[in-house]
Amino acid sequence: MPIQTLGSYVLQKSLEISAPLKWIASFFIGFLLFFFFLAQSQAAVFAPKSFELKNGMQVLLLENDRVPVVTHMVWYKVGAADEPPGKSGIAHFLEHLMFKGTDDIAAGEFSKIVARNGGRDNAFTSWDYTAYHQTIAADRLALVMKMEADRMTDLQLSDPVVLPERDVILEERNARIDTDPSAQLGEAMRAALYQNHPYGIPIIGWRHEMETLSTDDAMAFYRNWYRPENAILIVAGDVSWDVFKPLAEKYYGQIPNPPKSSTAQRARPQEPAPLVARALAFASDQVKSPTWRRHYLAPTLTSQGKEHALALQVLTTLFCEGATSRLYRALQVEQKTTSAVGCYYNPDSRDKTAFSFYAVPSPNLGQDPEKALDAVESALETQIALLKEKGPTEEEVNRAKKRLKAEAIYARDDLATGARILGTVLASGGSLESVETWPEAIGQVTQTQVHDAALAIFKEEASVTGRLLPKPKTP
Amino acid sequence: MTESSFLPLTKKLFAKTFIALTLLCLWPSLPAQAVEVKKVVSPSGLEAWLVEDHRNPIISLDLLFRGGSTLDPEGKEGLARMVAGLIDEGSGPLDSQAFQKELEDRAIKLGFSANGESFTGGLQTLTEERDRAFEMLHLALTEARFDAEPVERIRGQILTALQRDSEDPQSILAEAWWQHLFPDHAYGRSFDGTEDGIKAITVKDMKAFTKQRFAKNNLIISVAGDITTEDLAVLLDKTFASLPETAQDWTLPKTTPQSAGKTLLIKRDMPQSMARFGHAGLQRSDPDWWPAYTLNYILGGGGFVSRLMEEVREKRGLAYSVYSYLYPLDSSALWIGGVATQNKRLKESLEVIRQEWTDMAENGPTEQELKDAKTYLTGSFPLRLTSTDSLARTLTSMQRYELGMDYIDRRKEKIDAVTLEDLKKVARRLLQPEDLTVMIIGAPEDLDVDGVLEATTLK
Repeated sequence: MPIQTLGSYVLQKSLEISAPLKWIASFFIGFLLFFFFLAQSQAAVFAPKSFELKNGMQVLLLENDRVPVVTHMVWYKVGAADEPPGKSGIAHFLEHLMFKGTDDIAAGEFSKIVARNGGRDNAFTSWDYTAYHQTIAADRLALVMKMEADRMTDLQLSDPVVLPERDVILEERNARIDTDPSAQLGEAMRAALYQNHPYGIPIIGWRHEMETLSTDDAMAFYRNWYRPENAILIVAGDVSWDVFKPLAEKYYGQIPNPPKSSTAQRARPQEPAPLVARALAFASDQVKSPTWRRHYLAPTLTSQGKEHALALQVLTTLFCEGATSRLYRALQVEQKTTSAVGCYYNPDSRDKTAFSFYAVPSPNLGQDPEKALDAVESALETQIALLKEKGPTEEEVNRAKKRLKAEAIYARDDLATGARILGTVLASGGSLESVETWPEAIGQVTQTQVHDAALAIFKEEASVTGRLLPKPKTP
Repeated sequence: MTESSFLPLTKKLFAKTFIALTLLCLWPSLPAQAVEVKKVVSPSGLEAWLVEDHRNPIISLDLLFRGGSTLDPEGKEGLARMVAGLIDEGSGPLDSQAFQKELEDRAIKLGFSANGESFTGGLQTLTEERDRAFEMLHLALTEARFDAEPVERIRGQILTALQRDSEDPQSILAEAWWQHLFPDHAYGRSFDGTEDGIKAITVKDMKAFTKQRFAKNNLIISVAGDITTEDLAVLLDKTFASLPETAQDWTLPKTTPQSAGKTLLIKRDMPQSMARFGHAGLQRSDPDWWPAYTLNYILGGGGFVSRLMEEVREKRGLAYSVYSYLYPLDSSALWIGGVATQNKRLKESLEVIRQEWTDMAENGPTEQELKDAKTYLTGSFPLRLTSTDSLARTLTSMQRYELGMDYIDRRKEKIDAVTLEDLKKVARRLLQPEDLTVMIIGAPEDLDVDGVLEATTLK
């Protein structure tokens, strides 16, 4: 299932609420999809106040007095794509271990203290960033700031707490990937899409490397990257600037930047110009209905080719998002080729990302899964070819831009949305300004630019196609 | 919202009810003045609960009709789900594409969902499109067209989703679980529909559904956001006044889950086993609700801080996730939980869980655990009210369980009044380790089971 590929986009320390794992996972992924959609659609709507502490830590406040609550987040500009070779999974493992105590707070106590004060906490890891957050009554802000500042440089780890947690992340890998053929295909497709860049390595890590991760590995990663000059503090909620700023200075402003290893650079190997289209097929006896997926290597707002990113957001909306998008209308409504079809594109990663399609063949294409997928692939490629040949209509472009801009207003509704969007963009190398001016920038995207973007990214040699198939019955 | 979403469709009752209950139960001590709940009565007598909030030009409406997919007729399993997928696919003068296009162009978000015991809808609009948004909701509820194209398209989508569920271990487990615990009751039937049922549903069935199941006496309406009581009163009549007065009876016979302490296995070749465990629980109206809710928080409901989490994950690294929760239904009740552990160690996980269940039944929690649970449960409520749609959904839960408009204040008193003795009493009454049904999907090692279920025979 294509959406499952996003399952590893961000891993969190723990499920938010206690419900069946799969359900929660999909809920969370759904939230992320929504969230990244929003992330494409922000503007001056959040109007954050910001400043920089003397130690280089960036600080933002989004005031919102609807309820007496704050969301407090610390983002580190480091993720799975910054791991040393052979240590896949260490960024996410460290995120779990950050709850294992400091000189002042015993292992496991962090979350208990937050809960005892009526708050919730969690953390998540992506390829580009790692973030820790609490949502709590506004009058407890100083408490969570103090605890978060404490664990920025004072983490204490030892094997007795580290090793059981390594078993936990292995169970997490079991639950997310190894019991789900769709996720397994997704992992292989990413590995094929990225021929050189570490985005091809799963955030959770490869099992054989996860099994060897040690306390020393975690501490080395921690010392290199967890430092005020590499962190962003974002608070959203019912607190005024005058109260907030002195608190930020008191708790975070005093933290010195520890010495770091000279090898810790965020210089990632980049992708070569792709020459060869790749195709993968995975047959599993746990699969009954076949699925077709394709990634195209695509630019983001900060990567090489970034001039296409805004147009790609418009393209996504008009081409394959929603019930009146071109793909849905053509394949699902008119031709009745698919029973699910769509795409997703997230422009906020630091380096080149995937523009991805998914489709499930309609049952009326017959019993042969390979043939059904051939028909789906051909129908979808025809639509891509048509878009490349003629471009979108002016009406399509205008409708898409209007829809995107409306999302900017909806994004103001929830307390934490703005904090998450700003954190994602800033920690991935984007600017505050790019968020602030987003609606205007979208408004200026032209028909020609969308056409050009389609021509630039839909290239066979930049693609990876995946087929998930039922295993043929052996007699 | 159409069925085009690619998210796995789960046992909806499971999910949706759970969200509603989480909302209710994590309800702490919000100062009443922070969120003022108003009752709006329209000229014709329709009622809605409203929280006004004019910070953003956004309005969220949440509606619920009592009675859900458990009322689907025999042989038409999935009827409620089909209707939910289709009433926003063409209504009144607008065909499917015209209806969807207008929603998109006006940035109106409208969607419906069938759950086990309710049929719900959500509407979100910018203030400038408010009147048309309510008109489109009215059209969807009263003049759905069920044209051939969207009917066959949505039918195909649901069939594909059902097939996908039949591949998914958690869905297989959920389906088998309900069948096993409620063999002779609507709760034991598939809430999401069956292949045969979905194929048998006709346009006539769906039109009859909208006439019989959407009425004023089973409707709950909640609104939050940028609208005044006066404006809402007028819109309520325009939107809902033409509904019939009375819906088809939605009550189900009372029933008790069949949980006799059996351990059952669905064999599947995968590296991790997923387990679900539980037995009878208590209903939302039970006088012991708050002690039981508090007890569950301590046992397995409290995220990182529960006993199950501490023993299974933190100390032993046996699972990424382990939890328990109360699952009250309108006509029954469960107390259930879940865990996923590598095949070699599942036995150990289950032993630890059973031990914790037994210890809590015999000894109850500690004074400190009760104190911590109270501060969490009473303090975390406002965290749920951070958007207009979550506010509106919360108001619906309050109305559905008849908790009263002053519930926000009373809830804290109820939780603060819970004593250690109350918790011990309810632990003895409800926690019955020997009754636990344990159902597993996977390939667990060295585990004694009472029976093996065939996944292929499951609906």
